[in-house]
Amino acid sequence: MADQADFADEAMQYAPQLYSAAMRMTRNRADAEDLVQEAYLKGFRSFHTFNEGTNLRAWLFRILTNTYINQYRKKQRSFDESDLGDIEDLYLYKRMGTFEDPTIGRSAEESLMTMLPDDEVKQALENLPENFRMPVILADVQGFAYKEIAEILEIPIGTVMSRLHRGRKQMQKALHDYAIERGLRRREPDTTSDMHSVVHAADEKGTR
Amino acid sequence: MMEACDEPDCAATLKELDVFLDEELSDAAHQSIAHHLDACPDCLSAFDFHAELKEVISVKLQNDEMPAGLLSRIEKCFATDFNGDGVIG
Repeated sequence: MADQADFADEAMQYAPQLYSAAMRMTRNRADAEDLVQEAYLKGFRSFHTFNEGTNLRAWLFRILTNTYINQYRKKQRSFDESDLGDIEDLYLYKRMGTFEDPTIGRSAEESLMTMLPDDEVKQALENLPENFRMPVILADVQGFAYKEIAEILEIPIGTVMSRLHRGRKQMQKALHDYAIERGLRRREPDTTSDMHSVVHAADEKGTR
Repeated sequence: MMEACDEPDCAATLKELDVFLDEELSDAAHQSIAHHLDACPDCLSAFDFHAELKEVISVKLQNDEMPAGLLSRIEKCFATDFNGDGVIG
């Protein structure tokens, strides 16, 4: 049985990770702060039920996820696998992974890290339907194993895998769409459109 | 647009791409994929791309700066939850 007096010492180190995950779940700062605070208070209160020696980080993420699902998420119907449409495998790779005939130009020196802006990556994830977004957050942002994700979300491992696969492909398609849109915009000779995109980008920053 | 690998071995390898990069394959299956990648630049290129993409997504989705004061606000709640009922005070 875990001692409540040790909770802060053991649990607070995970706050930055929990906060990032909360940002991706709630998609706004105020709710993310409330969510993290509430998850920590719940953890603090029920720390006596935590089995010492098991994974505290996974335990905290389970509380965070449950709190989000029960209190913060906007009521939305849950999406079926088929709702994401059928996106081909290797979607982005086939369009920008090679230098032969890509729809998005990429020179050999350009890394994906510089080609994909932070805001677009965030937007691609945040636009995923929730039952696909949660596995992607836990796997690709937080690095949890399939089995841990299955336990946190209380869904079978097979479902975790198929939602991850679908969610990732959907993100790839979104990233491609954004890049195309950006590329087309860039080619416009009219400078006012550049101003527009600068202002637009600034607006998006302001909302976060 | 290029076609990725067409060989049967390649199709089987690409099918396991996600699970391989997530390091969730059995040791034997993992080694079998790694063996194929050693010999197949086309598949290796696809795997490298996705490994890079995975890294980019991981980095860019957790670069949020925690709001100043959040930590201390939370810890203050612990300290003021005197009777442990989760209510401050």
